[in-house]
Amino acid sequence: MDMIPYTVEPRKDTGLYSAKMGVWLFLASEVMLFGALFSTYIMMRIGSSSWPLGHQVLNVPIGTVNTIILIYSSVTMVLAWAALKENQWSKHKLYLGLTILFALIFLVIKSFEYGAKFSHGTFPKTHTYYAIYFTLTGLHALHIIGGIVVLGYFFGPGAKMFKTQPERFTNRIEVVGLYWHFVDLVWIFLFPVLYLL
Amino acid sequence: MDAHDVKKEVRRYITIFIVLMMLTVVTVLVSYLKVPLWVAICIALIIATFKGSLVACYFMHLISERKVIYLIMGMTVIFFLSVLLLPFAEHHSVPQGTVNLNLTYKPVVLDQEHHAPESHAEGQH
Repeated sequence: MDMIPYTVEPRKDTGLYSAKMGVWLFLASEVMLFGALFSTYIMMRIGSSSWPLGHQVLNVPIGTVNTIILIYSSVTMVLAWAALKENQWSKHKLYLGLTILFALIFLVIKSFEYGAKFSHGTFPKTHTYYAIYFTLTGLHALHIIGGIVVLGYFFGPGAKMFKTQPERFTNRIEVVGLYWHFVDLVWIFLFPVLYLL
Repeated sequence: MDAHDVKKEVRRYITIFIVLMMLTVVTVLVSYLKVPLWVAICIALIIATFKGSLVACYFMHLISERKVIYLIMGMTVIFFLSVLLLPFAEHHSVPQGTVNLNLTYKPVVLDQEHHAPESHAEGQH
């Protein structure tokens, strides 16, 4: 049976293995998705006669903690990949596990934040600000959930590939890492835009 | 990438991590400064852009990527900025008296009142 080409060795035309090229194209589409929503935010804000300041209606310390948690998860993600490059399997498992843990903590904190808003009768329909707040953070949370599913796969059943095809597995971790860093990158912009300004 | 290079890279990741943490604290502290809103927006976005660049360049290895990636992301940035600037090109079509471009908002605390001071429709027509 023929193997799928360019899972490890780079293509001659792009200089990249196929999965890496694919994930960068996917991230380009993701930039446009969030770009459209940021554009919507700007449109709503300049078109509204009043707009609450983020720090008056949201909990800045909680947002800050979540930002720090996501930065932690980004570092552990890249360290998980570096551990594979050094052929240190246990280190890789530790860092990948920590990445998943941080992602789950982020979601738990976010759910408490949402819960507090709902219990105060604040919903997307309450105000244009909340409509865009819930849309942006909700979409971001969906990306976190998607990331947890993929990371969980590579932490569990997908990990056995390292025994047979270590380079291919390392590339897979690099690719999922690119996605994960992008999710962190989006939050880096969401935090000041929604919580501080 | 050999083991020595990886160790060097790991040290770099830790340095970037510390810088990102410091910049996060700076972002929050700056938001408490009594400066005009447009100044606060500029400072926050400059810091966020710098933080985002660090993540993209070092954690995503964009600093040492292939030309084809630069081409893809370069085009994406152009389209991204175009989308962001569209509202500014279009704001003249918003009815007179509803556009709030002077960025001097009255504080609105929605949670304490449990209801919005205005509906979605307000400010549009």
